[in-house]
Amino acid sequence: MALFTKLITRIKGGTESASSDWSELEAELLQADLGPALASECIEQAKKIKGATPEESLLQFLSSKLSSKSHEMSLSSSTSTILVVGVNGTGKTTSVAKLARFYKSSGRSVLMAAGDTFRAAAVDQLKTWGERIDVPVISGQENGDPASVAFDAAKNAQENNVEILIIDTAGRLHNKSDLMSELTKVKRVVEKTLPISEVLLVIDATTGQNGLAQAKMFSSTVDVTGVVLTKMDGSTKGGVALAIEAELGIPIKWVGTGESESDFSPFDPGAYLKSLLA
Amino acid sequence: MAAIIGPQISTLKYSAPIMFESLASRFSGAFSSLRAKGKISTGDIETVCSEIRTALLDSDVALQVVDKFIQDVKQKSLEALPGMQSGSNQANAIFEIVNKELVEILGGATRRIRMAKNPPTVIMLAGLQGAGKTTLAGKLAKFYADQGDTPLLVASDLQRPNAVTQLQVVGESINVPVFAPEPGNGVGDPVQVAKAGVEFAKAKLHSIVIVDTAGRLGVDQELMNQATNIRDGINPNEILFVVDSMIGQDAVPTAQAFLEGVGFDGVVLTKLDGDARGGAALSIASITKRPIMFASTGEKMHDFDIFYPERMASRILGLGDVATLAEQAKKAFDPNSSAKLEAKFASGEDFTLEDFLEQLQAMSKMGNMTKLLGMLPGAGAMKKQIDNFDEGEIVRSRSIVESMTPIERANPKVLNGSRRARIAIGCGRKVSDVNNLVDRFTAAQKMMKQVRSSGMPAMPNMPANLSMPNLPTVSKGSTVKKAPTKKKSKSGNPAKRALEEGLS
Repeated sequence: MALFTKLITRIKGGTESASSDWSELEAELLQADLGPALASECIEQAKKIKGATPEESLLQFLSSKLSSKSHEMSLSSSTSTILVVGVNGTGKTTSVAKLARFYKSSGRSVLMAAGDTFRAAAVDQLKTWGERIDVPVISGQENGDPASVAFDAAKNAQENNVEILIIDTAGRLHNKSDLMSELTKVKRVVEKTLPISEVLLVIDATTGQNGLAQAKMFSSTVDVTGVVLTKMDGSTKGGVALAIEAELGIPIKWVGTGESESDFSPFDPGAYLKSLLA
Repeated sequence: MAAIIGPQISTLKYSAPIMFESLASRFSGAFSSLRAKGKISTGDIETVCSEIRTALLDSDVALQVVDKFIQDVKQKSLEALPGMQSGSNQANAIFEIVNKELVEILGGATRRIRMAKNPPTVIMLAGLQGAGKTTLAGKLAKFYADQGDTPLLVASDLQRPNAVTQLQVVGESINVPVFAPEPGNGVGDPVQVAKAGVEFAKAKLHSIVIVDTAGRLGVDQELMNQATNIRDGINPNEILFVVDSMIGQDAVPTAQAFLEGVGFDGVVLTKLDGDARGGAALSIASITKRPIMFASTGEKMHDFDIFYPERMASRILGLGDVATLAEQAKKAFDPNSSAKLEAKFASGEDFTLEDFLEQLQAMSKMGNMTKLLGMLPGAGAMKKQIDNFDEGEIVRSRSIVESMTPIERANPKVLNGSRRARIAIGCGRKVSDVNNLVDRFTAAQKMMKQVRSSGMPAMPNMPANLSMPNLPTVSKGSTVKKAPTKKKSKSGNPAKRALEEGLS
């Protein structure tokens, strides 16, 4: 149905686009989790753009909603510290391991810190990853203070001139203020030793509009510098990340697409925007 | 009910109106503008429907579910409109239509896990990665262990690194044995483990087996086949689909894929303690026609409860969750004093300040008032005031009543100026505070009398600014009005006035 009407528009030459076309595109944006406000804004504004097809006008407008900040990682010349945060079950530990593997395979020295001391066996999970990808892991006691693990890791990274330090943290719901302040403590303690280059917020691509609330809260607590969009290999489009880019100006930096350590790549804006309408 | 759930299961957390609060306030916003209209036109219905549509989409209800919902509501409202008498009841009638549709979607009464005739009852968990299956397995096991069952956890998630260890740690913390012959991390056959687990449970006479499986994407055919093989290998009595309450539009394709792939009998919503508006609940229930059976509300093992659809529907609409409130109250109130109060009420005796004090004491036992107030009808509209609710108010009210003599408490009409001044000194408050409390109490007493003579007022017709009869005021910028007293003249003397009002 959608294909058919698109085809007709294309045959017609596309300048006059039926309103049903636009409402179908709006439906696609809504189903991609852009949220009603952003979706209707996109449609309204795209209508004003003279593109070959409504789809093209829309793509053009969508790309204007991407954050103006760089979508690349900003690493320091000495030790770059990356703090990975997010709510429960989004794939933080897996992303930490994938990120470590990415930098290791580009020839850098990498260290991981098992800062999730809360969830049962999370430390073991990261250690297992460490063995698989051959990256050392700094860990403390289970149920210990995550800030002290992070501090030890920062010290260790500094002393051994490690190029990339990636710190895993426990999943926490963004509306739990005590857990959020625990996170600021982790950040503060690390910053005593090393400046933090990146704070990456891991967002599950299946998340709906709540992703925006997560980004807002994490951003106001620990100054998120980029988003890791995980589980993009499913049927989901991850449109809430665009809403995060548009509303909070936080760029997506990485995309996770599977359970294997190589299913991970830097963000590709063109492919992402196209997939929203696919 | 309370006895079945057991005291460890915290209904309080679940009762917090977090999940649907924003949806509820959007709904009540839409309806209050509708109520303000004298006569409702078809255009007004269009407007309210489009407001509801945006609210639902904002809450992550799937587009197709929203559009069907709106279509049904619109059609039913337009059909009913000509037959309605103009006046305030029109808005209520439309409100009723929306309520009915919501309850219909969320499903009727709660269903419990079907227990096998010959134990063990086998429960299999399935869901996306990160939905919270392993944690939920532990919570479910604890839930049944607390009821005297002897559950066994089976570690069939051999995919995720250290999922087996996680389940073992969880099992240890709740004192439930875990069947984990394989180390996981990609080693071992999950189907064999599941089968052997059920056999083991039979041999060791466990009454319930909970099988944790690996998380899988709806589009991953290979893993879906594995789940199907596990299912066919163990013949579970219940397959529960575990889903993150923060899930967006993908809820529908995912739920459908699982339904067609492995199939499921019930749904468990996790991470309800977040601020997700939980549109997924509506979407999944509507698309799959499977009931939402449990809700998981926190990281602790006891943060878990049965899901009540009709309560959730009324909470979405801002009708409050009176049933949970009542359960909560039942736990906190002394049965003797409640019975006494009931008997008093039935015999037509007056509600005294002594009873009021008892209620206040029980109320402070019930815990956080903000959460409790959120369950009351009209809570959505009063959200601001509730958030600003001053917990100290209860303490202050208590101190005032406790500074009264027994005679004064039994018969507040004797409270004249000098008595009030003495009470104010006694409790360290101002005379005006004492006056306030007595006024509110008198109003409450009056309302009790009305209720007694006319029966309970119907819930949906309750005004949004409903004042709570036997609660202290919701203060600080409150719009809660005191029941207006239409007396021809009021005596300037509070004692006299109380006397007059008491006689009326």
